[in-house]
Amino acid sequence: MMKSKADEEDYWNSSKFKAFTFDDEDDEFSRLKESKRAVNSIRYLVEEDDDEEEVEKVSWSGEPVGSISWSVSETAASNQKADREPAFPKVSADSGPMSRSHSGYSLSSLFKGKTKGGNFQSLADSPSDPSVRLYAPELRKPKSEYKDYVSDWSPEETVQRMQQGKVVSLEKFRSLQDKLLLLDYAVNAHDGNVITAVLIYLKRTLSKEVLFRELESRQTALRHLIHYLTETRDQRLLLELLRALGRMEDVALLQYKEHLSIADENRRRDFLKNCLSLPFSPEDSAHVQDHYTLLERQVIIETTDRQAERGGKVEVFQKFPRKASILNMPMITTLYYCCFYHYTESEGTFSCPLNIRQTFKISEKQYFVTALAARAKLKAWSDVDALFTSRNWLGFTRKKSPLSFQRVVDILQKNSAPTQVLQNYVALVDDAELRISLAQKHKCHDIVINTYRDLKDRQQLLGYQVKLKRGSAEERKIDELLNNPQIRWKN
Amino acid sequence: MAHSARTDCPELPDFSLLKRLAQRSAHLPQHEVDKLYKVEHKPVVSTSDQLCFLIRPRIQTVKWIYVANADKAAGRFRRYKIIFTPRKFYACEAMLEEQGIFGEVTTDEWSFCLLPLDDDVISMELPEFFRDNFLAGDQRWVRTAGSALHLLHSLYGPFSKLYGIGRCSKMAYESWREQVEEGEQTARRAEIGKVFLIDRDVDFVTPLCSQVVYEGLVDDIFRIKCGCVEFGPDVTSSDKSLKVMLNSQDKVFNEIRNEHFSNVFGFLSQKARNLQGAYDKRRGMDIKQMKAFVSEELKGLKQEHRLLSMHIGASESIMKKKTKQDFQELLKTEHSLLEGFEIRESISFLEEHISRQVSRLSGRINNRLLSPTGLLPKDYRSLKAQYLQSYGADHLLTFSNLRQAGLLAEQPAGEALSAMESKVGKLVNDKTAGKLTDAFSSLARKSNFRALSRKLNLVPKSDEEYDLRVPRDMAYIFSGAYVLLSCKLVEQVLERDGWTGMDEVTRLLNGHEFAVTADARTQGDARRVVLVMFLGGCTFSEISALRFLGREKGYKFIVVTTAITNSSRLIESLLGNQI
Repeated sequence: MMKSKADEEDYWNSSKFKAFTFDDEDDEFSRLKESKRAVNSIRYLVEEDDDEEEVEKVSWSGEPVGSISWSVSETAASNQKADREPAFPKVSADSGPMSRSHSGYSLSSLFKGKTKGGNFQSLADSPSDPSVRLYAPELRKPKSEYKDYVSDWSPEETVQRMQQGKVVSLEKFRSLQDKLLLLDYAVNAHDGNVITAVLIYLKRTLSKEVLFRELESRQTALRHLIHYLTETRDQRLLLELLRALGRMEDVALLQYKEHLSIADENRRRDFLKNCLSLPFSPEDSAHVQDHYTLLERQVIIETTDRQAERGGKVEVFQKFPRKASILNMPMITTLYYCCFYHYTESEGTFSCPLNIRQTFKISEKQYFVTALAARAKLKAWSDVDALFTSRNWLGFTRKKSPLSFQRVVDILQKNSAPTQVLQNYVALVDDAELRISLAQKHKCHDIVINTYRDLKDRQQLLGYQVKLKRGSAEERKIDELLNNPQIRWKN
Repeated sequence: MAHSARTDCPELPDFSLLKRLAQRSAHLPQHEVDKLYKVEHKPVVSTSDQLCFLIRPRIQTVKWIYVANADKAAGRFRRYKIIFTPRKFYACEAMLEEQGIFGEVTTDEWSFCLLPLDDDVISMELPEFFRDNFLAGDQRWVRTAGSALHLLHSLYGPFSKLYGIGRCSKMAYESWREQVEEGEQTARRAEIGKVFLIDRDVDFVTPLCSQVVYEGLVDDIFRIKCGCVEFGPDVTSSDKSLKVMLNSQDKVFNEIRNEHFSNVFGFLSQKARNLQGAYDKRRGMDIKQMKAFVSEELKGLKQEHRLLSMHIGASESIMKKKTKQDFQELLKTEHSLLEGFEIRESISFLEEHISRQVSRLSGRINNRLLSPTGLLPKDYRSLKAQYLQSYGADHLLTFSNLRQAGLLAEQPAGEALSAMESKVGKLVNDKTAGKLTDAFSSLARKSNFRALSRKLNLVPKSDEEYDLRVPRDMAYIFSGAYVLLSCKLVEQVLERDGWTGMDEVTRLLNGHEFAVTADARTQGDARRVVLVMFLGGCTFSEISALRFLGREKGYKFIVVTTAITNSSRLIESLLGNQI
């Protein structure tokens, strides 16, 4: 499933800082645990920004924040958490100052821009002492040095800037904690572009082991990485990742998928053979085995038949030249092909339909439908007839079909079977009404007439007679019936 | 300047359309644009020294542009520009950087994200949204969706209320809200009052059903692209194909698009009679009247005549195709699956179709079955095996995708009834006894769809006659057999002004519902204007249903969708056997 329960919970809980949360479980708050302290300190900063609103108005971004009036209407589902209600649509005070802090012109903001950078690192160590950040002189760096720090955005600001498509530098996020914080903010922002961007940076700067380990608990980020690797076709790393996660079935499927890009049939067959040992689920394993066996046979059949066709000795290939090679065709197509070209072969050959049926455990119905269509196409009506014939223990033959006779008629008709053939099968339709309508459709007059006779329906017979050709045998037959005094008509 | 363009998504949007548009506009020649090419995986043959690529931000497409490197090796200097639409992605630029052509190739972004298809339909033309978001779990388009909403908000807002359901909807909402906060606010009279956001994965059943309203059928059969359809010779009854826009400008189409197909013929023939009558008027006219007739009416009549014959042709062609495909039985099967009856027969219908390799059809119907009902493992396995035998073993990958996207629901085997059911199922195959198994199986199946359908009354009682000519509810869209889940949710939420009292429903839908009041001041007509945004695509049937709902309840719905979808597109986007 796409969304495992835990995944989802994780996901939404992690949106703590967006304030738009439906499902606030404050204490769980799992995603950002390791960075909680650092984040809290940012919050502190935010509140301070608020105090300095006067100065901040000079901000170059000039965004009038907080102008939308929000009011809240809780949904039924989140009602029980009514105490969290005000947090629902994000209150603008929360985020406003953050965006305003981009300001680069006012002195105070310059100062702050710098302290923010310095402070972020120092805070992780001493979050309890906020005064240090703003006032401690040792944190103030000479002006010339300040320039280097102008782009020292916090992880959250960095993510925000990335969302807006602005230039950022990720190089300063060097500690694992910083990197993960950056990633978590990106995930919180729900912007796949940013998440992938951060992941590309992490992939470059972290060892695989560390990256994979950290992603295991971050499903959203993990799926982005998997998609990224799929898109860049970094098969090797992707397989490593899936293995590290223990997703062996995915590993198997991914490797199996490679066969699609192998054009040469012999190489493809060998590749599939190698796939057999992959850790598929038992069910899929059987399908892959079938796939291999099928291609193996197709290669053999194709070689032989191509020669036979070129040789010009085999009649069926001359009369019905092959339209395409049988290579890489589905099983049923292969079966159809063999029913068409190799119907009478002995069971020992690879191309014998019965052999195929057995090897691939094709159901009776499926075999029947395929053989029927193939023989009908060749107009081999005696073969068609033989398909239905079964002998009971008394030695009588009767017609049996795993398919309704209505369908059989349908298939035969599509292969333009003549009326004489069709009526044999129309007659076998059990339901009288259905039989009549089929017979009428396919002009099997005898059946229509006999059925009406059996139903003792004189009116219908009279009606049908009108539709028939004057002086035809059918018309005479109806006349005879109508004049037959032994029939007791019901109307 | 040569201009190469290709959107990497399959077929959509139409390149020839873009080409036509571009050629018609005066701008390109002004800038000395030489030619338009489709971006393909091969070197560009052009004498121009400047090349401009307009592409979707996909890594694979960017890779194709490496040909730039080939130029350099050949000692040729050309200037390259890539314009990404609707967004520039970091990963694409990183790809250029990796290839050492970042800088030589400059990039830009064309944030084109809303294409109005009609008065009430806007498409983002992002068919890949579905696969990226719901299969791969990649949220790259969330912000784009938010931006689209933001754009509409800044043009027609402020919205008074927003409702939504689904994870992606919630994220798009948040993204929109952030962008509102980042941007400027101008006081304006609101033209759109309410917004409803819905994820495609909230309702997979509706898009997987065969469509039977005219517009939906036309899409299912002829594939409408960007509001345009190409009718082949079988429709035009000439040797030429005809490409036409299908929207409310087409007067005939406008009247039949939302109709159940069974009504369309009657309507068209009535229309044809009227037209004949109008033509006949000219008999017995004097010169003056004739002059007036020719100058005033004739053109309109001719136009109508043309449209009429086109739609009659299309209807005939639809009829022909559908009877060939056993459409009746397909519908019957679908309906019984929705109702949860005659499952055994439905499965055997499927088996038959799979083994006959009925093209396209079974590919979808297989899944259609699996998704709403949830299958017993035995049935699932056997259908899967037969499917693979008929369509190729490489569809293993497709099945894995379907499962990933949540389209395959296999019923857990734990229930005692299931075991019994499968035993009985093995013993009997004839009709009467089949009924027995059905009774068991419908008891055993307790999938969400069943429960939802009961809660929301999605499947009307089948014993009542449903007059399709006088539809009484949205069920007419599917011949009276099923009320579209997605649209039912819209109806209910608007009626209740939120999700109050729908706890059970939202629980069955996996939650993530919300209702927010953004600006309570909106008054007047705007309050009746509702923007419904489908994340992951919507079908023409859904649009028709909303139009019906709007007429019934006095709303005006405007549909925004990431793309127009239908059952084939949905399943195609999940195929796994493509390189």
